[in-house]
Amino acid sequence: MELLQQFGQQMVNGIALGSVYALIALGYTMVYGIVKLINFAHGDVLMVGAFAGYFVLTSFGGDASKISNPLILILAFIIAMIVSAIFGMIIERTCYKPLRKAPRINLLITAIGVSIVLENGARVIPWIGPNPKQFPTLKNIGFLEKVSDFIKSATGVYISPVQIISFFIAVLLMVLLFYVVNHTKTGKAMRAVSHDMNAALLMGIDVNRIISFTFAIGASLAAAAGILFALNYPQVEPYMGIMPGLKAFVAAVLGGIGSIPGAMLGGFIMGIAETLTKGFISSKLADAVAFGILILILVVKPSGILGKNIREKV
Amino acid sequence: MTKSKVLALLVVAVMVASMFTGCAGGGGEIKIGAIQPISGQVSAYGTQTRDAIQMAVDEINAKGGINGKKIKLIVEDDEANPEKTVNAFKKLVTQDKVIGIIGALTSKCSLSITKEAQQRKVIMISPSSTNDTVTDAGDYIFRACYNDSFQGQVVAKFAQETLKAKNAAILFDNTNDYSKGLRDNFKKKFEELGGKVVIEESYATGDKDFNAQLTKIKGTNPDVLFIPDYYSTVSLIAKQVKSQNIKAPMLGADGWDEITNNAGEEVVGSFYSNHYSPDADDADVKNFVKKYEEKYKITPNALAALGYDATYILAEAIERAGSTDTSKIKDEMMKTNKKFVTGQIKFNEKRNPVKSAVMVEVKKGSDGKLTAGFAGIVNP
Amino acid sequence: MKKNRFFNAITLTVTSASLYILLALLIFTGIIDEYNGQLLTLAGIYVIVSLSLNLITGFTGQLALGHAGFMAVGAYSTAIIIMRLNVPMIPAVFAGGLITAIFGLLIGIPTLRLRGDYLAITTLGFGEIIRVIMVNLEGLTGGAAGLKGVPPFSDSGDFILDAVIKFSWVYGFVIFTLVVVSNLIKSSPGRAIISIREDEIASNSMGINVPYYKMFSFTMSAFLAGIGGGLYAIYFGYLNPQMFGFLNSVNFVVIVVLGGMGSITGTILAGIGFTYIQEWLRIFKDFRLVIFGLALISVMLFWPKGLMGTNEISVVKLVRKYFFKNKNSDNSSSGSPASGESQSEGVR
Repeated sequence: MELLQQFGQQMVNGIALGSVYALIALGYTMVYGIVKLINFAHGDVLMVGAFAGYFVLTSFGGDASKISNPLILILAFIIAMIVSAIFGMIIERTCYKPLRKAPRINLLITAIGVSIVLENGARVIPWIGPNPKQFPTLKNIGFLEKVSDFIKSATGVYISPVQIISFFIAVLLMVLLFYVVNHTKTGKAMRAVSHDMNAALLMGIDVNRIISFTFAIGASLAAAAGILFALNYPQVEPYMGIMPGLKAFVAAVLGGIGSIPGAMLGGFIMGIAETLTKGFISSKLADAVAFGILILILVVKPSGILGKNIREKV
Repeated sequence: MTKSKVLALLVVAVMVASMFTGCAGGGGEIKIGAIQPISGQVSAYGTQTRDAIQMAVDEINAKGGINGKKIKLIVEDDEANPEKTVNAFKKLVTQDKVIGIIGALTSKCSLSITKEAQQRKVIMISPSSTNDTVTDAGDYIFRACYNDSFQGQVVAKFAQETLKAKNAAILFDNTNDYSKGLRDNFKKKFEELGGKVVIEESYATGDKDFNAQLTKIKGTNPDVLFIPDYYSTVSLIAKQVKSQNIKAPMLGADGWDEITNNAGEEVVGSFYSNHYSPDADDADVKNFVKKYEEKYKITPNALAALGYDATYILAEAIERAGSTDTSKIKDEMMKTNKKFVTGQIKFNEKRNPVKSAVMVEVKKGSDGKLTAGFAGIVNP
Repeated sequence: MKKNRFFNAITLTVTSASLYILLALLIFTGIIDEYNGQLLTLAGIYVIVSLSLNLITGFTGQLALGHAGFMAVGAYSTAIIIMRLNVPMIPAVFAGGLITAIFGLLIGIPTLRLRGDYLAITTLGFGEIIRVIMVNLEGLTGGAAGLKGVPPFSDSGDFILDAVIKFSWVYGFVIFTLVVVSNLIKSSPGRAIISIREDEIASNSMGINVPYYKMFSFTMSAFLAGIGGGLYAIYFGYLNPQMFGFLNSVNFVVIVVLGGMGSITGTILAGIGFTYIQEWLRIFKDFRLVIFGLALISVMLFWPKGLMGTNEISVVKLVRKYFFKNKNSDNSSSGSPASGESQSEGVR
């Protein structure tokens, strides 16, 4: 029973972490699906979003360490997502677009450059700086506390209110994205561009606009993930996006890069695998496991769990 | 010639020119180097230490210097990267020809230069490298702080004697030598005194999620939880400790310095060892804190106090030696026996200062702010 | 033709030897002081690792982001072989290189069958895993506290002499790496490797065994990076897993990109320049990395060929032009001998 309870607890921890990974992985997968670029700066856009949220919460939130008004939290999400979306579009327009016809390796190196600039740019901006900042935490929300207490008494597994919130926000955003991609005109255009950019152009689709839009959506999802990440682990600092970014990328590859349901699935698998490794094998190996999974996937099924196997054509 | 060729030539020319730009030293001053991480991951510590060293040097120079000679302080940034520390050391010793070096801050950086400092007979005093092996390289290497084994013992002793703890849990950073050194020494002493370390869990630098480890720790129901890391990580761990509802008091070491400004209520009731407490009722401390606050507008942390002390220890030894002959200075360093800001300092045969450690408790003040209150003193 | 080759070999030997004598003398007499001697030696190690990265990234067109990891493997295995088995330095460095090559082979097998982006991420992941391994193999590597006491190149007690000896060893290995890389890319496998960079599918249909040559280049690259790592270990005498982080891997990418992907002379120039610029930029503190990032982006946007593109500065041509007035019509041109020992006659 003891072990089962601990297992249940670790699963909860894993799913909470996984929902954040899934949100980040979506951004990677969408951008890769369209421009075939591993957007190294994606994790850093997450950092930008988290800081935007931080500034909204600390300047409108009254008490700097607690979030009491849920409306302020929603405002923080909206502003952070907009700020990050703008960042995403600017990065695409200035750094990636001119290289669309260049060799992929150049694009990849540019992305690394963007990532370095964002991380270290944040470190030298005086009101961000290199030192970690405390992210405000949720004040006791009566209703969620009750839910969490109820689950605790029923199953013995503790799910914190923050974990409940992040899970639901993550799922909500994924459903929203699913709708946009599959049931709107823009979504159709996105799928067309990802399938064949030149053909889409010939069909009268404004490819540039669609690519910008994709970056904006990916970046705003990263911003939401950034705030959720900071709510769960209440600290923001310029390098905070690197590790979640990398792991989310592995999640995207695991699920099949370019596939949206795959990214979600991969995110949850990564979160659970990491937590279970820490909980039941050794906490020293958690990072190695993430990349071990990546190498394993590449050996066994390079296209990922839900990815399609596409032969490269001339 | 094409554009790129011109550029290539230019690069070469500048490089060659730069090789010959070594400069000659002046005669009327004593040159001391400082190697501190002014940028990079731990720049927050490095800049404060540098400021304190600079303040001490300014004070000494204002009083007329050492035996009539002014001190010239040359600060090099090592980014807390051992490779850069070696380069900075080479520059200070071969170009600037310093006789003493205050640094480096982190143990891994100090370790990368101790051997050569000893060979070149340059006095090296690290304000803050607590790794036991730092001073092993020889009789020119000193430090101003106590070492990990002492600190680990202090916390273990405190846990057993004051908190009456029998079972301890440890959560440490497996990729950080500071954290690991404290883990080893705490465990050794704690078990020696009859206690039991029931669980040891680790993480890597930069990790944010400790829930898995804490869930395991909670299952063992320890009396105390020892978290030997820096305040930024500790504040994050502490939040998760509370949200997992672990009741055992948390214990820490000098890395927790400044935790009161960087964590919330969840750390109230925790204890940690430190080099000094800025609130302490001591004339030297008060004087130092006042001067530092006037000059830099912030309260100095423990590393700043150590940097300040290290500078004075070195300067006074040079003064007593009456020359810049480092073999005399090192002998005089050994004769140091005086009260400094961080306490009475006297070096033992391994050139570690023998001094007492302060245990402080994090308390909530009447104004709602966290303060570090004195909880006991542990003598060597 | 045969006479030409003979002439080339003589010219290169004489140039590299005289450059060596010149630099060694300058260090010995103190005209280049110890600090600069140190930087020059460090630059040599950077050049070796960057050349190895250029082989896989510049010549084969596959971005690798884990060369600091390869360096770590080479450094740790060389250090451990010297310290535990008391093997002399040179065999230990080569053994370190071989061990790294085996690692490269193991990493390459699953990833090189795939598209280039995967290689970038897998090598990055590999670099991280290596760090985790180094931290956890405490008995062998000293764990997070690091590995102390790797014996230096020489311990004569005379610092100037030590500096010269240090420099000489590294210089020797730089020449070795240059000979290996430049001869490799002029050989038949080298042509195959370059054709993969130019067009993977086309070269596949021309009958080139693409995975095999990618593997070959990758393993070779790991081998040379491992040698660089071994020298690094002896040079510093102290190893710590944190010395081989992702940012260090990026540094090598920056060197290769700035020098020109696919140019040996470019890498040499950029490697030496980079080492010095890093020292100068210290005054900019944290802005340093912002500058690096911006440089990387702007080079890619406005100057994608880097300093040299795929061109080379040829010493042989230079010597011909100025000493023998023997102009030839090869398309590669002359310039400064720079750091001297460049010998490729233009890749294409």
